[in-house]
Amino acid sequence: MRKTLLAVIAVVVIVGAGIAALVWRPAIDRVNRPAAGSFDAALIKRGGELAAIGNCRSCHTAPGGREFAGGLGVPTPFGTIYSTNITPDEKTGIGAWSEAAFRRALREGVDRGGRHLYPAFPYDHFTLASDDTIKALYAFVMTREPVAATAPANTVPFPLNLRPLLAGWKLLFLRKGPFEKDPGQSEEWNRGAYLVNGLGHCGACHTPRNFLGAENKHQAFAGGETEGWTAYALDAASPAPVAWDKAALAFYLRNGWQGDHGVARGPMSEVTDNLAAVPMADVQAIATYMASVAGPHRASNTPSPRRERQGAGGPGAAIYAAACATCHDAGRAPPYGGIDLSLSTGPSGPTARNAINVILGGLPAEDEQRRPIMPGFAGVLNDRQMADLLAYVRARFSDKPPWTDVEKQIRDARTEQSRVHPGPAPEPARGSPGEKEARQ
Amino acid sequence: MKLNVNGREHEVDAEPDTPLLYVLRDHLELNGAKFGCGLGQCGACTVMVDDQAVFSCLTPILLLEGRRVTTVEGLGTAEKPGPLQQAFIDEQAAQCGYCIAGMIMRAHALLARNASPSRDDIRAALEPNLCRCGTHMRIIRAVQRAAGKRTAEAAAGGGR
Repeated sequence: MRKTLLAVIAVVVIVGAGIAALVWRPAIDRVNRPAAGSFDAALIKRGGELAAIGNCRSCHTAPGGREFAGGLGVPTPFGTIYSTNITPDEKTGIGAWSEAAFRRALREGVDRGGRHLYPAFPYDHFTLASDDTIKALYAFVMTREPVAATAPANTVPFPLNLRPLLAGWKLLFLRKGPFEKDPGQSEEWNRGAYLVNGLGHCGACHTPRNFLGAENKHQAFAGGETEGWTAYALDAASPAPVAWDKAALAFYLRNGWQGDHGVARGPMSEVTDNLAAVPMADVQAIATYMASVAGPHRASNTPSPRRERQGAGGPGAAIYAAACATCHDAGRAPPYGGIDLSLSTGPSGPTARNAINVILGGLPAEDEQRRPIMPGFAGVLNDRQMADLLAYVRARFSDKPPWTDVEKQIRDARTEQSRVHPGPAPEPARGSPGEKEARQ
Repeated sequence: MKLNVNGREHEVDAEPDTPLLYVLRDHLELNGAKFGCGLGQCGACTVMVDDQAVFSCLTPILLLEGRRVTTVEGLGTAEKPGPLQQAFIDEQAAQCGYCIAGMIMRAHALLARNASPSRDDIRAALEPNLCRCGTHMRIIRAVQRAAGKRTAEAAAGGGR
């Protein structure tokens, strides 16, 4: 009896110690914020480029808020998670974080104090970041302007708000780095794979997630959903009417549009905005890798533009002819004309959502952007007219079966007011004097 | 087809794909809304459909059955301008004036959904409308003036 009790106690202690070892992470001591002058200028510059590739600004800046000061609510199936302040403010930001603490956060999803972070922060990708990458990122963020700002509390319900549970999530789904090169591939391909799967965290949107919110790695780039937008499949299942190749990808990623495919919108436009300002070699590397993900060129899948398909008609035809054809059938190529919709991925996508978002919100002109624009029709088209138009566009410009659930998606798009361009306000330094005046 | 403009039903004899702008100007002789680009890029043709500002150059009338169209003529007359129109006059917000009818309608839609917009709200709302003379600062002040007046009127009404 006594023996059994001892054995039970021993098991409890061992299991408890095991769980504690899995869950518990020590705090890393606070440091005084390193002086901006202690970082090499070239390192800071490279860190800025890497931060752009990592799209850090998009999540860590609230609409109209200060850059990198956090507070953007990221909706997840598990509640809204607010991005944190990553400016070097010592009280509310990460000013007191050593490079080691910063590195641990990126690679293991643990903050300086030892708290597990939600994987809305994509450390399942950042774990691949090299020491050099992290060093440069650290130099960049620590030389930003410190902003005192505390993010609102997350709205994750019990028991998911118990952060120790995240240790279990990590045990199941976090495959730690470092990045391993594929010796059978070129240096450029490997560079692209490193950026795409690591800092770029492309799969965070373009890979489907399981019920625990983790990416299904065996379905990498098979397409996903994000913030009211469909993130298209990028593998062989890509719905693009014209297959992507390296040149098209590089142009698209750099410019935010491409004549045979269309315009980057929704969260993707933030990505292309960022990639507009990084070294072209990085963009080329990403394009090289993604072209191989897309697979060999599917010549047979290239449509003959402006084909008229049988069976496309109905009330949507009149709407298209009167409201859309002026630009989209005018024979004028992007960026100054509307894209021939038989080339656009929107009408061929797995859901109508992206097409709905763009028809409702248009492609508004933006400061400092050189991209095709389009007026929105939210005020003009009622739900029935939208559905009629979408049915026509689908039938005429794709060879896919009709979309389902269109009415609900139209309602969702109207209520969620999908941000066609959700980007944060540009840095004050980049704005015109008028903008600065307005923001004060 | 029937078209409801500024509260009045009109019987319009036009092809269903005719842009609303052409019907307003050519059939109903409401010449406030202007043709600028014809592509929904300049905003000179802006009117309201129900409670939203839209580009009338891109709005075929076949979409407008049972909808309410409001043009700048619906907000007041030269003799008796509406409050927003009066604010534009008070701020002398027009130079050549070509964009102003569209600006007023876009601002009217804004004030209908947000009675006291911030300067940033006004800037964001008016972004689709271009002004080549550069009177933007006066236009923004005019909208602020109209909004301030409304807020003051609401406060006075509430105090009674």
